[in-house]
Amino acid sequence: MTRYFTSEHEWIDVDGNEALVGITDYAQSQLGDIVFVDVPAVGAQVTKGGDAAVVESVKAASDVYAPVSGTVTQGNAALGDDPALVNSDPEGEGWFFKLTLADPSELDGLMDAAAYQDFVATL
Amino acid sequence: MSEFSPEPENWLEAEPNTLPLDAWHRAKGARMVPFAGYLMPIQYDGIIAEHLWTRESAGLFDVSHMGQLILSGDGLDTALETLITADLGALTEGRQRYALLLNDTGGILDDLMVARAPMVLFIVVNGAVKWDDIGHLREYLPDDITMSHLEDRALIALQGPKAVDALNRIVPGVDGLSFMEAGSFFWGLEPLWISRSGYTGEDGFEMSIPAEHVTEFAELLCRQPEVKPIGLGARDSLRLEAGLPLYGHDLDEETDPVEADLMFALSKRRRAAGGFPGAAAILAKLEAGPARRRVGLTVDGRMPVREGAPVFAGNTQIGVVTSGGFAPSVNAPIAMGYVSANYSAPDTRLEAEVRGKRVPMTVTAMPFVPHRYHRKGAAK
Repeated sequence: MTRYFTSEHEWIDVDGNEALVGITDYAQSQLGDIVFVDVPAVGAQVTKGGDAAVVESVKAASDVYAPVSGTVTQGNAALGDDPALVNSDPEGEGWFFKLTLADPSELDGLMDAAAYQDFVATL
Repeated sequence: MSEFSPEPENWLEAEPNTLPLDAWHRAKGARMVPFAGYLMPIQYDGIIAEHLWTRESAGLFDVSHMGQLILSGDGLDTALETLITADLGALTEGRQRYALLLNDTGGILDDLMVARAPMVLFIVVNGAVKWDDIGHLREYLPDDITMSHLEDRALIALQGPKAVDALNRIVPGVDGLSFMEAGSFFWGLEPLWISRSGYTGEDGFEMSIPAEHVTEFAELLCRQPEVKPIGLGARDSLRLEAGLPLYGHDLDEETDPVEADLMFALSKRRRAAGGFPGAAAILAKLEAGPARRRVGLTVDGRMPVREGAPVFAGNTQIGVVTSGGFAPSVNAPIAMGYVSANYSAPDTRLEAEVRGKRVPMTVTAMPFVPHRYHRKGAAK
């Protein structure tokens, strides 16, 4: 399994053609208290860089983009009852959705953990 | 990921100014954001924690972006009553009133606090429109009225049920004030103007202090066990729960005191005597009833309904949300907005539209969280 990161602060864990998507610890720290997460429906088609989910802090709503194109196979139901999981465990229990990759070559150009850390350090 | 509903303030054209407490906020771990032309603390520990702390203890807010004005001169009351709603004849020394600055059709230019100090009126106006207010007052007040803009003073608020205990330790005697009373106090040799009022629905105080001493004073307040610094984020959620409108969002020049449900700002005498701006239009609207009204809305489910969301009765849009978000003390989303008068009765079921989805809501009497002001004559 390999974890990639986007410059829009999503992470994606890839295992074969299946992937798990969430937002990074840096993203949750910038958003503050998360009070609602709108995850995509099962079967939804998402496209790389397109809207996939919405995360709402006390202050504002933010789009979460799909790191790659694919078909959503599961949304994280636990976020319905406890959206604060995104604050407490953003890169674990606070995942957003699972998808089947449409085109694994889209992973080219995403950052690895070290590159993402370097990127965040510039912000 | 990107934020698509940030503060709809357009201050990007100019570099924001800094407030006297800027370095202190940063040292306290604040995240600073541009607001009303200034860099201000949006949060320190987190909006929910700060909000709940204020409701149970005491929170310190920096509101130095607001405009502090001193007006004096012969005939001041009469002249100012032609521009604002306050009944200045009934405003005795040491009392403060909420008032509206209106245009000549009754549209709201700003909402403000006016207090009677010896010889002068002390007025606090919103930061975002203070320069417009100053220009308007200067244009319409006679030349022999003197107006001073106190740019060398900071304004801070201490809000919450334990605010009185913390502040009275530092400025003895403030516990003698009741809600909407104000007076001069000293901290050491520094003169303070303090009112028992605020923008959270809680008991508390607003304090005008020389800018060069505010850092030391804020630090001393925050060394009291009851007090933590609170950012703009919680200030907004607290005032929304208290049902208090925010100028530029829930009030603007296109709204008037009747539809905004702010007729308490016009006393019986002033309504009878007229002579305030837009009096004919406002009194006629009061008689006929407004076409739309500002109401509170409780939201089903957990998804916040925010400013700008259209409000529907069936397929017909009958209103718009002007403020909305997650309410920490209610532990649910709430909103405020304008709806057609025939849908404004409490318990009316309506729907907002958010990202193409309908969200059921119920018209609800405000405040959402009861006010806990320290009113004169009330048991402590």
